[in-house]
Amino acid sequence: MSNPNRNRLFGGHVDWFTVLLWLLLCIIGWFNIHAAVFDPEYPGLFSMNTNYGKQSIYIFSAMIIALAILIVDAKFYSSAAPLLYALTIVLLVVVLAVGRNVGGNQSWIPMGNFRLQPSEFAKLATCLLLARYLSTQSNKTPTFRNLLVGASIALLPVVLVLLQRDTGSALVFFSLVFVFYREGYISGQWMLIGGLSILLFVLTLAFNQWPIIIALAIVTGFGIYIFRKRRKVIASLAVLFVIAATYVFCVEFVYQNVLQPHQRTRIDVVLGKIDDPRGEGYNLNQSIIAIGSGQFWGKGYLQGTQTKFNFVPEQSTDFIFCTIGEEWGFVGCMVIIGIYLTLLLRIVNIAERQRTAFARIYAYGVACILFFHFAINIGMTIGIVPIIGIPLPFLSYGGSSLWSFTILLFIMLKFDSNRKGIV
Amino acid sequence: MNGLFERKYIIQGIFIAVAVIITARLFYLQVVDDSYLLSANNNVLRKMIIYPARGVILDRNGEVLVQNEPVYDLLVTPREVKNIDTALLCELVGIDMEGFKRRMEKARSYSPYKASQFEKQIPATAYAKLQEHLYKFRGFYVQNRTVRSYPDSIAAQFLGYIQEVNDRDIERSNGFYRPGDYIGASGVESAYEELLRGQRGVKNVMVDVFNRPQGVFADGKYDTLAVAGEGLVSSLDRDLQLLAEKLMHNKIGSVVAIEPSTGEILTFVSSPSYDPNMMVGRERGNNYMKLLHDPYKPMFIRPIQAQYPPGSVFKVVAALIAQQAGVINANTVFHCPGGYRYGGGRAFMRCTHVDGSIPLVPAIQRSCNTYFGYTYARMIDHRGMPSAKAYEHWREAVMKFGIGHPLGIDLPGEKSGLLPSADYYTKRYGNTKWGSSFNISLSIGQGEMGITPLQMANIMAIVANRGFYYRPHLIKAIGEKKIIKPEFTERISAGVDPAYYEPVIEGLSRAVNMPGGTAYSVRIADIEMCGKTGTAQNPHGENHAVFFAFAPRENPKIAIAVFVENAGYGGTWAGPIASMLVEKYLKDTITLPKYIQDRIYNANLLPKLKTTEKKAPDTAGSTQKQASVNRAESNKEENVAFVHHSAVVNRFRHE
Repeated sequence: MSNPNRNRLFGGHVDWFTVLLWLLLCIIGWFNIHAAVFDPEYPGLFSMNTNYGKQSIYIFSAMIIALAILIVDAKFYSSAAPLLYALTIVLLVVVLAVGRNVGGNQSWIPMGNFRLQPSEFAKLATCLLLARYLSTQSNKTPTFRNLLVGASIALLPVVLVLLQRDTGSALVFFSLVFVFYREGYISGQWMLIGGLSILLFVLTLAFNQWPIIIALAIVTGFGIYIFRKRRKVIASLAVLFVIAATYVFCVEFVYQNVLQPHQRTRIDVVLGKIDDPRGEGYNLNQSIIAIGSGQFWGKGYLQGTQTKFNFVPEQSTDFIFCTIGEEWGFVGCMVIIGIYLTLLLRIVNIAERQRTAFARIYAYGVACILFFHFAINIGMTIGIVPIIGIPLPFLSYGGSSLWSFTILLFIMLKFDSNRKGIV
Repeated sequence: MNGLFERKYIIQGIFIAVAVIITARLFYLQVVDDSYLLSANNNVLRKMIIYPARGVILDRNGEVLVQNEPVYDLLVTPREVKNIDTALLCELVGIDMEGFKRRMEKARSYSPYKASQFEKQIPATAYAKLQEHLYKFRGFYVQNRTVRSYPDSIAAQFLGYIQEVNDRDIERSNGFYRPGDYIGASGVESAYEELLRGQRGVKNVMVDVFNRPQGVFADGKYDTLAVAGEGLVSSLDRDLQLLAEKLMHNKIGSVVAIEPSTGEILTFVSSPSYDPNMMVGRERGNNYMKLLHDPYKPMFIRPIQAQYPPGSVFKVVAALIAQQAGVINANTVFHCPGGYRYGGGRAFMRCTHVDGSIPLVPAIQRSCNTYFGYTYARMIDHRGMPSAKAYEHWREAVMKFGIGHPLGIDLPGEKSGLLPSADYYTKRYGNTKWGSSFNISLSIGQGEMGITPLQMANIMAIVANRGFYYRPHLIKAIGEKKIIKPEFTERISAGVDPAYYEPVIEGLSRAVNMPGGTAYSVRIADIEMCGKTGTAQNPHGENHAVFFAFAPRENPKIAIAVFVENAGYGGTWAGPIASMLVEKYLKDTITLPKYIQDRIYNANLLPKLKTTEKKAPDTAGSTQKQASVNRAESNKEENVAFVHHSAVVNRFRHE
């Protein structure tokens, strides 16, 4: 970017560094998909029927899509946002009717040889519409009403995706909370309260209600002792304690009475409350073994026994990180995490340099969605979050996922390349 | 920009924080904790035990007696078994649901995580079908190994059998054996276990999640090869053994033939025998119980475990040691009025003939009781020492002929026979004032004396060698290098000078080759066989027929002892059998008249079973314990075959 002329392409300044990170992830993804489905009996075989064969087509078409996005006028995306949103909502309804059941989720529309997953594209449409709506309000003081409307835009697809029983994809939309935070609809205090309540939620599930209540009581008692001269603080501490305690009871109640048994089991496995390496914990156990056995330097390309011999399920899609962990070791994992973190921080920086609120909000949306996928996907393979079936952006096998993330990213890059053109 | 711009840092901070948490967790999993590599290896690595081929056993001419045949064991790791089609597995393996559960329970109790045997020795045909479906049965593996196979179905008690190791075997072996391994349990298989078993190899194989083999781990860097067991060359002559077993069919008894110049056992028959192939394969358990409960005791190794009063053969020994002691010589004559009067004339040991004045050679030839009664009296009463001491001298000399102690054959379970010490009689009679008349039946090999057929054949080998023997043995060479155990090349002296043998051998020769000799009917043209018929007293019924011989007289090649239980007079049954075997061995033909041969082949001399003797064996409840009880019983019964000398005396008196 030091030389503006070199970057003048597609009518603007494309952020080539981000493009490079994107390309890197796609290529790394391809190699690891190859390793994941590699059959040592036919090492020389390259077939278009294999996952890595198909993935090379997906990557190639993703490049064409990326090019097309950069060519299309940026204004199109903002004006088409409501239409796109409406379209995906329709598709989400359609998928409920005609969807094919894959892996317990009814979220795929079969189209010949190919299956379309509307929920992948719902993220994009939601991001665009949310950006458009919030940007129209950006010069005014944020109101609760705006927050509600914005939240409804994000929650409508959540409901529809939940109806497909695709909990993982539904949860992704909650990551947009950071967008509201950045735009001032949610204060830091509430974010903190939200964060703490999630922490309390996890702790409650991990240790049951009573130890948590007792711990809360001790903390409160300690606070009361410190602030014993100030009655107001004591009163609010007491109120807080009551609220927290009630919350803990509610969590326990929901956990015991609302959640399905299999959901409960999954949570228990992650929390280490039950040790079940052959049952519900099988995926997680094998995944951790794969990653852990990679050790510092990894076993080497195509040498991972866990992935090569199919011990890890879904290893080219949701569990692709296992292949990386096993064959490339800690070093390889650091490279991947480094690339993602660089990409995420870069996107935030790109967001902040946009002149329009629309582009900024959209870019934040992109960052939030990518971050959530990154954190949850890797987190589940290493056993720090429950197993939620969402792909690792650009790395996991799958056309819908690769295309939707590519579109998501390149629309942002298009806005960015145009940032000096639009006033 | 507004103040909200600062929130960028919060958001970026959260991104970084999450990346750090993930990194920390990865650092722990991949760098700090080593256990996952082990788990991953456990997932894919299967240590396949490569069982070595057990050593092959050949006969003395290189004919195969025991070889190996491939079979397949199905192993199971209980924890890995999940959602399998049990019905299909049962069908393929040929078991029922109950059997499936029982096997799984057993495997689980051994270890849920380690592979143990589910079904053993699946034949090659059934295995082919099973293998096609094996990928469906997670947690099941197949391991091939070999089982013993006996082409001629002969020499069962000689070769012995192998069986699965029990807890005690495993404990004693310091972990060499593992559950499911096989160990020689009797016969040569047991005696030469360390040589035959070879060395196990380990192959590290990788398997995928469906347990399908995926090739060798690390190019076989950690694999070890199995080393096949040593081959053994036995002393047995297969053709002779085949003939002997045929001749002994439907008879109870033993045949032992020894090559005198080496101590190699040419024939080793324990009858009734069984097909050694019965002790192999999946029916083994049932067959084993059947054999254990067989009233004729086929598992009893008669040549080394059955003990009989030696009878006539002892007169040979008595003549030799008496000459060596100088109490008689070849010209010593005793008067036989048809019996030996002793104990101050109060008792009488009858002789079968009235021989009048008889010297040593005819005394041997005609088996004169009187002659040996006098000889024994001289040995005990007239040595110028207390009779107890004289008896000990006598006993020592007798023992040098291999009586009263195990010969040290290379088979487990050899019995020593019976030859009481002087103390025994001193204790029995309350003082040392006893003399020859107190145990005169010993003079003719009756009373408190017992020898095994092997010991009898060995006495013949000593006579054939004129004074020495080599320890009788079954294995003449070990392995490629044809090593022979040093203890089998050691020449053991019987303590009697060669010159004293001639009158005895002359007597034995006459018994066979002189018209009127007891074994004249079984003489062999062109071969001077020296031998004698004998009768072993049996208080339970018909006497046992005995024949012992060696041939030819000069440069003997074979010494033989034949026992046929309950067959009565030795010349009728035991003699022809021995004669045929000797001729077969020396000339490879049999000239004995066909009708005699047929009579022997077709004879059924098995004693009628007393129906009240034993309950019918109930197979369901039979246990190892019962089996051992039965074994003990059978031993006891055989021991009862000794006749107390007073009983013998009484019998002679009342006859």
